[in-house]
Amino acid sequence: MVDAAHDQVDFVPPAEVEEMELYHPKSFLTKYVFSQDAKVIAIQYSFTAIAIGLVALVLSWMMRLQLGFPETFSFIEAEDYYQFITMHGMIMVIYLLTALFLGGFGNYLIPLMVGARDMVFPYVNMLSYWIYLAAVLILLASFFVPGGPTGAGWTLYPPQAILPGTPGAEGGIILMLVSLAFFIVGFTMGGLNYVVTVLQARTRGMTLMRMPLTIWGIFMATVLALLAFPALFVGAVMMTLDSLLGTSFFMPAIVHMGEQLSYGGGSPVLFQHLFWFFGHPEVYIVALPAFGIVSDLISVHARRHIFGYRLMVWAIVIIGGLSFIVWAHHMYVSGMNPWFGFFFATTTLIIAIPTAIKVYNWVLTLWRGNIQLTIPMLFALAFIVTFVNGGITGLFLGNVVVDVPLSDTMFVVAHFHMVMGVAPIMVVFGAIYHWYPKMTGRMMNVAMGQIHFWITFLGAYAIFLPLHYLGFLGVPRRYYEMTDTTFIPASAQDLNAFVTVIALVVGAAQLLFLFNIGWSLVNGKKSGPNPWRATTLEWQTAQTPPGHGNFGKELPVVHRWAYAFGLPDATEDYVPQNLPPDQLNSDYDNSKLSPDTPQAAE
Amino acid sequence: MYVAVILILVAVGTVVFHFMSPWWWTPIASNWGFIDNTIIITFWITGVVFVAVILFTAYCVLRYRYQEGRRAEYEPENKKLEWWLTGLTGVGVAGMLIPGLFVWNQFVNVPAEAAEIEVVGQQWNWSFRYPGKDGVMGTSNVRLINDDNPFGLNPDDPNGRDDVLVDGDDLHLPLGAPVKVLLRSIDVLHDFYVPQFRAKMDMVPGLVTYFWLTPTRPGTFDILCFELCGIGHHAMRGSVVVEAKEDFEGWLGEQETFAQAMRRTGTDKALALRAQQ
Ligand code: HEM
Ligand SMILES: [Cu+2]
Ligand SMILES: [Cu+2]
Repeated sequence: MVDAAHDQVDFVPPAEVEEMELYHPKSFLTKYVFSQDAKVIAIQYSFTAIAIGLVALVLSWMMRLQLGFPETFSFIEAEDYYQFITMHGMIMVIYLLTALFLGGFGNYLIPLMVGARDMVFPYVNMLSYWIYLAAVLILLASFFVPGGPTGAGWTLYPPQAILPGTPGAEGGIILMLVSLAFFIVGFTMGGLNYVVTVLQARTRGMTLMRMPLTIWGIFMATVLALLAFPALFVGAVMMTLDSLLGTSFFMPAIVHMGEQLSYGGGSPVLFQHLFWFFGHPEVYIVALPAFGIVSDLISVHARRHIFGYRLMVWAIVIIGGLSFIVWAHHMYVSGMNPWFGFFFATTTLIIAIPTAIKVYNWVLTLWRGNIQLTIPMLFALAFIVTFVNGGITGLFLGNVVVDVPLSDTMFVVAHFHMVMGVAPIMVVFGAIYHWYPKMTGRMMNVAMGQIHFWITFLGAYAIFLPLHYLGFLGVPRRYYEMTDTTFIPASAQDLNAFVTVIALVVGAAQLLFLFNIGWSLVNGKKSGPNPWRATTLEWQTAQTPPGHGNFGKELPVVHRWAYAFGLPDATEDYVPQNLPPDQLNSDYDNSKLSPDTPQAAE
Repeated sequence: MYVAVILILVAVGTVVFHFMSPWWWTPIASNWGFIDNTIIITFWITGVVFVAVILFTAYCVLRYRYQEGRRAEYEPENKKLEWWLTGLTGVGVAGMLIPGLFVWNQFVNVPAEAAEIEVVGQQWNWSFRYPGKDGVMGTSNVRLINDDNPFGLNPDDPNGRDDVLVDGDDLHLPLGAPVKVLLRSIDVLHDFYVPQFRAKMDMVPGLVTYFWLTPTRPGTFDILCFELCGIGHHAMRGSVVVEAKEDFEGWLGEQETFAQAMRRTGTDKALALRAQQ
């Protein structure tokens, strides 16, 4: 059977998935507010993350206004600017992208795609969201305390983070650290759920090597996060103690503004090691889910199996492992022993190999495919462009000696925005356009999607590409304003003004996207259960959106990998994972593939 | 169709922008031209990959556009192709890493003849110290810092007496002589960077960090702080003057030594008193 060309494993006996006891909500409150259903939790996570993300977006406009038109806006002073970059960076990385990919997409997709009724620990899963919400509220509260939020940069480096001279050194930094601690506690609750669900609750036949890459990406990212966040957690606790109790974990002897402080003996570089031991894997915590999801978008919309599935899985695993031994590439000029440079440059450049393989395999999936240029596919293409661009500038910064002139310049800002800002956000958009029909039963409007896509993709590229060149020039990041220098030509300011204008346009285009989400909910074309004719289990549910418990009386049984597109001996160009092998030439009917759900039967 | 065209335009446009951009690195003024060379190598290798990947993507979009009834080819794996691509990538990576590490080896090995100078950072200004006639820096300690002794030099250390202190003036460096720049901060992190020199390093309270360079071009260059250090970060600026050895020495001779400074502030009397007791 051609079907098994990839996947020679015979039918795998049930990984003993017993019917789980589902919690059945009785009131509106337990159904939609304190819900234990992963799908509802996913939507709560997503809305909260997008809402706080909008705050970060508005902050980016403020920063761009200042950079593009310095000395024009009297309401943006130096300390505001530093507070804006800090809050913008932290929100984007942690409270938006991490929460959205894992808490949002993870919750929605893991149970559905592995064929489970829900997460394994639904109650803890619910707590996870509420603690995340508390973290977000604490973070927002820091805008309103005396002194405002911290302006220490999203890296929060001590000593400055907790010394006056940095905005928010009184209250803001403490709230930031407390908020991070809450986030980590909440995340751990969710994260354990995702990992255990993937390992223990897969349906019969869903071997690890048959899982969609989306699940692999989210799973591996969660493992990384569970191992990396504790380093940030202890760093946050120690810094809080330094600040409130006068301990000296990170604080050496210091003379500050002419005064001898009572600190002594601590190490600022120690904090940087803790921060980046978390911070580098964090990049992959955002990137791996994006890798996984984009693989599925490309495969479904190119009507072709993912190319080199096994290598794709191994690349995810290897990248995840290696990401724990490259952290000090963020510290080449931190004053740590310079001999470390040899080791960290080598490990960093080695990561490029599995990463490049992933890129090749995405493109080779398109090759000889049957490509539908749907909105999700357009975003996937944009991901490829921006990710390759941002990835190669990583090879500059990872190569220790090249990092020496470029570190802390606009080149770095351009690099990380391209690779972990723009590229993953492209995937977020693509994924929303892709799964929206499953979540709502309606398609998103295509015309609005097209406009949103082109402005966002070309705009974001035009914002960040030229910034690399300002970095070459030697324009520093985190500068409130660039007063006269001997080496920066006046044209650099024109470029900055141009970038600001584009950034505002791109920002406005996001409002169109939000509008489309709301508009399509009422006016969107009815999608039916499987509008993209995709193979994975979430598209085979009887109800759309899937009901409580996800599947019918029986959990689906999986017969093949997630990428059975273009099988020569099947009638359709795709074969759902749970279609019995003897029915390759029948009509795929969701109500037959997955008969009535317990709820529908009620 | 237009999607493929736009992808091609993005790739071509990026390359054109790269070559036409009026923004490029500032002309170098130190021995670290090797760093620039490594960047050029990296540009070529990664640039070729970037263009190739985007153009291939555009080709696929054009050639394999959706047609009703057509089937994608079913070929889940192609071991040979995958190994080839992995191998080639490995070669490309090695092509960047090896020259990079080679230059890094020079960067971490300071030549024995390099003269030491010290840069001290604090919110939000720079000060500089030269070792004086004996060529040895006196010891220092943050706890000794006060208004009369802003560098925190140890008054009991004879090596420090002739150290030349420059506070509130430019840094001067002799042309063509290697210097080891010792970096110290007394409060928070800072970073000493002169874009024309290409080399930078953070200044960390509690540590003495360093890098080295040989200035190769006379002139006055900007010093910028390159590590966020609070609200005055962007204003923490200075200048370095690179000049011929004679001019440098003339200038250095006019600066105050630690011994002279102690005499000026009367600290030396207090010290002498302490010695008598
Ligand atoms: C159109 C969208 C965006 C614009 C215009 C924008 C703009 C900016 C600007 C102007 C800065 C400050 C640069 C500086 O002076 O150092 C910045 C910093 C930053 N941005 Fe964005 N940004 C955008 C989206 C994102 C996204 C999606 C992410 C998610 C990864 C992100 C992450 C960061 C981080 C981590 C920093 C560094 C903060 C720091 O230096 O502490 N940004 N951004
Ligand atoms: Cu990193
Ligand atoms: Cu600074």
